[in-house]
Amino acid sequence: MHFEFKVQGGDFVRAGNASSQVKKILKQLNVDSSVIKRIVVALYEGEVNIAAHAFNGVIYVDIDTERIIIKLDDNGPGIPDINLAMQPGYSTASPIVREMGFGAGMGLPNIKDNSDDFKITSEVGKGTCLEILVNLKVNQEGV
Amino acid sequence: MTVADIVKALDLRVFSGNEGLNQEVVGGYTSDLLSDVMGNADAGMVWVTLQTHINVMAIASLKELAAIILVKGLEPEVNTLQQSNSEGIPILGTNLQAFEITGKLYQLLNK
Ligand SMILES: Nc1ncnc2c1ncn2[C@@H]1O[C@H](COP(=O)(O)OP(=O)(O)OP(=O)(O)O)[C@@H](O)[C@H]1O
Ligand SMILES: [Mg+2]
Repeated sequence: MHFEFKVQGGDFVRAGNASSQVKKILKQLNVDSSVIKRIVVALYEGEVNIAAHAFNGVIYVDIDTERIIIKLDDNGPGIPDINLAMQPGYSTASPIVREMGFGAGMGLPNIKDNSDDFKITSEVGKGTCLEILVNLKVNQEGV
Repeated sequence: MTVADIVKALDLRVFSGNEGLNQEVVGGYTSDLLSDVMGNADAGMVWVTLQTHINVMAIASLKELAAIILVKGLEPEVNTLQQSNSEGIPILGTNLQAFEITGKLYQLLNK
């Protein structure tokens, strides 16, 4: 199964839409709730990062019986130092975004903690791409 | 203990989401940082916060929280309230600040 969702930079009102759609789909597929929880956390953080840090992006979701692969591809400023960005507490969020309670610098660490495989690539001045893989079967390695 | 029991015991205001008042409460989490709540709160918890915007509901719904308690007399924004009603996740309010209401909630849940 394949789904796509568009995310607009700065649109915090709709942020979480893709996560909530994917959650519904996974529930219908009877995926274990502990697995759904992890997927939802990772996807939400990725979705909000596009809203908070990029201009616009597309989320590609592929689901088969074994796994879900989520690709979040954005046009945006990119990340100059990925190792630094991955550190808990590191954030470049604007004061307004921080006031809303974003900008704890915990999003990327949350994504890493909740996925079985996670790749991040970025090009400064172009954009950022995340690939999140989660195994859907509870007894699989990595859960 | 249900959300309604907590409302009664702590004298909370119910803004919205009345459908969820019968929901069982398993614990609580106090934080104003959204990705902290996203990463650490669990289903069935009550979330104590001063954030009133719609993303609070997105998180409550994705994490299947039992209810939100807004502190210091704060009120939910209109679209936050609307989503609370459509999701059936109550938004509650108190005039107390986070430390005080969290302490009371902790005592109540650990009786
Ligand atoms: N899609 C992106 N485009 C550009 N920069 C990004 C993107 N995602 C993350 N970053 C950079 O990495 C930093 C850390 O991201 P992370 O999600 O961990 O924290 P945050 O978004 O700042 O705060 P939080 O997620 O806790 O609300 C961001 O502050 C930003 O500088
Ligand atoms: Mg983030």
